[in-house]
Amino acid sequence: MADVKETQLPGVGVRLEFTATDGAHVGVIAHRSGRRELVVYDRMDPDRCETVLQLANDDARTLAELLGASQVQEVYDVVQQQIEGLAIEWVTIGESSPFLGRSIADGAFRTRTGASIVAVVRGEETVPAPEPDHVFRAGEVLVAVGTVDGLAQLASLVNG
Amino acid sequence: MIPPGGAVFAASTSDVPLAFGGIGAVLLALAVLTAIADRLALTAIPLFLVAGLAIGEGGIIDFPVDTELVATAGEIGVLLLLLTLGLEYSPEELIRGMRTSALPGVVDALAGFVPGFVVGLALGWQVEAAILLGGVCWISSSGIVSKVLADLGRLGNRETSTVLNLLVFEDLAMAAFLPAVAAMVVGGSITSTLITVAVALFAVAVVFAASLRWGQAFSHRLAPASDETLILAVFGLTLLVGGLAHRVQVSAAIGAFLVGLAMADPVRARAARLTAPLRDLFAAAFFLFFAYQIDPGDLPAVAGAAVVLLVVTGLSKAAAGWYAAKRDGVAIPGRVRAGTVLIARGEFSIVIAALGASLADGPELGALAAAYVLLTAVVGPLLTKQADPIARRLMA
Repeated sequence: MADVKETQLPGVGVRLEFTATDGAHVGVIAHRSGRRELVVYDRMDPDRCETVLQLANDDARTLAELLGASQVQEVYDVVQQQIEGLAIEWVTIGESSPFLGRSIADGAFRTRTGASIVAVVRGEETVPAPEPDHVFRAGEVLVAVGTVDGLAQLASLVNG
Repeated sequence: MIPPGGAVFAASTSDVPLAFGGIGAVLLALAVLTAIADRLALTAIPLFLVAGLAIGEGGIIDFPVDTELVATAGEIGVLLLLLTLGLEYSPEELIRGMRTSALPGVVDALAGFVPGFVVGLALGWQVEAAILLGGVCWISSSGIVSKVLADLGRLGNRETSTVLNLLVFEDLAMAAFLPAVAAMVVGGSITSTLITVAVALFAVAVVFAASLRWGQAFSHRLAPASDETLILAVFGLTLLVGGLAHRVQVSAAIGAFLVGLAMADPVRARAARLTAPLRDLFAAAFFLFFAYQIDPGDLPAVAGAAVVLLVVTGLSKAAAGWYAAKRDGVAIPGRVRAGTVLIARGEFSIVIAALGASLADGPELGALAAAYVLLTAVVGPLLTKQADPIARRLMA
């Protein structure tokens, strides 16, 4: 993977950039709101960029999937086929979740829904088998295993 | 918020519907102005100022507005402007901004402040008013700059991080400058002024340190709150801290700024989203009232000085932006973009000028600040749109 340079944009978010194999300079502006901008730098004036795409939260995820994260989906399908009745669900902690700042233990999710939280994904970082005292933050993605019903209950609990 | 007499609930009082009617008509007019500003890709501040001048004494129309109500709303507007500024940046961002742009920040401060201060003295003003004019000319409008950067698709540009860090530095410098000049304006002997300034700065430092330390814990407590609870808590806290800060002469605005600063994510992002519409409403009242108090008859007398300041501080600001961008390894076109985008002055110039309202030279300072902000807020964005052709000329 090429070196990715990260620059903080106070009040806006983060700018990430790298030089592609063909020499093009590509950047992504990650706005705090979750919006993403895909930019390409001008070859004549390398400080200047042209916005190629504006991506809303979900669009960025869709594009990432299309660009090569699709292996994740394949693995997920395999796991689900192997054990009948068992499902995996990704649940994003929304900004208005009643569990922000509270721990897994506080929620007593396994007792209430039968579903287990097996991992927490926060940006690039993944916490496998999180401790019961793990405190939720907005934007984290919970990976949970359980029955389809239990997972639906969990999802509605988490996002109130 | 309650009109004189506190008669807001008494429907039978005849002047309440009249007050509402006046305010309502003004707000509708402002709505039209903001729509025009959006069309022209400008911020609405210059248009608000023009509207305030037009309806004030000696203006085109003498409009029946409950001035006390608008004045109070305007004061809340200043608090909200500073609150949202504090919410904009995390303490970490402020500290990083201070570290990375200390030198360019000082160059930028001198480039803006010195011409303003000198012109103030040349106009024969008292030193306090000249210092305030220096402040008016110093601080670029972060509102206008960030809007222009987004509109022109420059957020990804290399020079943009330089510009944003410079704005962070200016805003942080305001946290020291505002309470200091607020104490200075109150006056008294030199020693008592110095003591008030020292107390004010010490209070700011203490609250800043406390917010670094306990902001996180405090925000965690607020995190599970509903939107309704959060907006009431944040708004209430802002007015309370603002009021307390005013009691100890630290300037209410800085109290509000520190409240914003003390919030940590994720509460900060939510609070910023929730308070933005409130700020837009009350800040409009602030700009309107500021211009309303200005006698348009004073404008011709200060027009010359405003144009001189536009040219001198336009060039010196552009030079400061050029220098800061060059330091970050940006090439000539980017330096021109960084320099020109910083020319626009706006909300904080008006906040600083409003502090001097009680001074003998206050009316003139207000008129000059309004004229200067009008000029720079229009000329700055127009110039920076032409930055690339200008750079080609410079390189040819």
